Amino acid sequence: MAISTTSAAFWKGLRDGAPFVLVTGPFGLLFGVLAGEAGLDVIEAFAFSMAIYAGSAQFTALQLMQEGAPIFIVLASALAVNLRVAMYSASLTPYLGSAPLWQRALAAYVTVDQAYALSIVQFEDEPDMTVQQRLAYFFATNALVMPGWMAATICGALIGDQVPESWGLDFVLPLAFLAMIGPMLRTPAHLAACFTAIAVSLPASVLPFNLGLFVAGVIGMMAGAQTEVWLNRKLAGAQP
Amino acid sequence: MSGIDTATLWTVIIGLGLGSFALRFAFIGIVGSRKMPEWLMRHLRYTAVSIIPALVAPLVVWPAPTGGEPSLIHLIAACTTLAVGYFTKNVFAAMGSGALLLVGYISLFG
Repeated sequence: MAISTTSAAFWKGLRDGAPFVLVTGPFGLLFGVLAGEAGLDVIEAFAFSMAIYAGSAQFTALQLMQEGAPIFIVLASALAVNLRVAMYSASLTPYLGSAPLWQRALAAYVTVDQAYALSIVQFEDEPDMTVQQRLAYFFATNALVMPGWMAATICGALIGDQVPESWGLDFVLPLAFLAMIGPMLRTPAHLAACFTAIAVSLPASVLPFNLGLFVAGVIGMMAGAQTEVWLNRKLAGAQP
Repeated sequence: MSGIDTATLWTVIIGLGLGSFALRFAFIGIVGSRKMPEWLMRHLRYTAVSIIPALVAPLVVWPAPTGGEPSLIHLIAACTTLAVGYFTKNVFAAMGSGALLLVGYISLFG
């Protein structure tokens, strides 16, 4: 059904976004627990989620701070992990770019994976939506997920320091990251990037200041980009 | 615990908060509809699938729970998680199977 009013756009966004509470909630909980384990109190864990609102960047920063990495490395690594939101921002610009600046600033703050993924499909499917309707939809996809993420962080932080060491929670984070990566590997180029980065990261881990992460990350990105070029060339060559 | 000092923590929270916002605002707020060079976009597409594995691989090969000693069960749990995630496209199936393997092993032999 085509969206005809702003409130219809809002309700559709709310409905489409609702299931993602079940996906992000447990990760928010996990972040809270691990933050608690790392010695953060509830306020600090909540401030973390509130200021950053990006799961993978939060996990990365937490992990590196626990390893005692220098602040510069913590910031640079977590921002590198979060670079994809800049791509979301670029991709949403044609659809939301004509909104007033303060609305675009608000939209920027809540640009996360699921809001982007839902919205870009919606905007492409219904090109006749007005900017106000698009914004209503975009914000609505966050309307449940964001409070859910914050609440889950607080709950996790509250129970975090009561979780016994013997549960081996320090291996939960690597597993959580790997679980997130699996579904992101959609093309041979993604696979090339991922496995090149893994292969380089092991010997590169002898580098000081966690610089190995960058070296491996950048080489992985180059491998992915190069594979994409090869594949496109092969595809073009295969055409009659 | 491992003792992250308060000044470091708040520097990271504020710095990362501002930095994340800047990344999100960069295009929609400032670049507008100007085109990005294609080679840059092509590299940016692979940021997450490179950086995250590069972060995780050393944590898997030299796992914290064993004090950094390579451990077969941690390696198997990690590979299973990645494989299940890849084939099912389901984060929770992936997380669940890896955790189940690890918890099962630890409760049986740990």
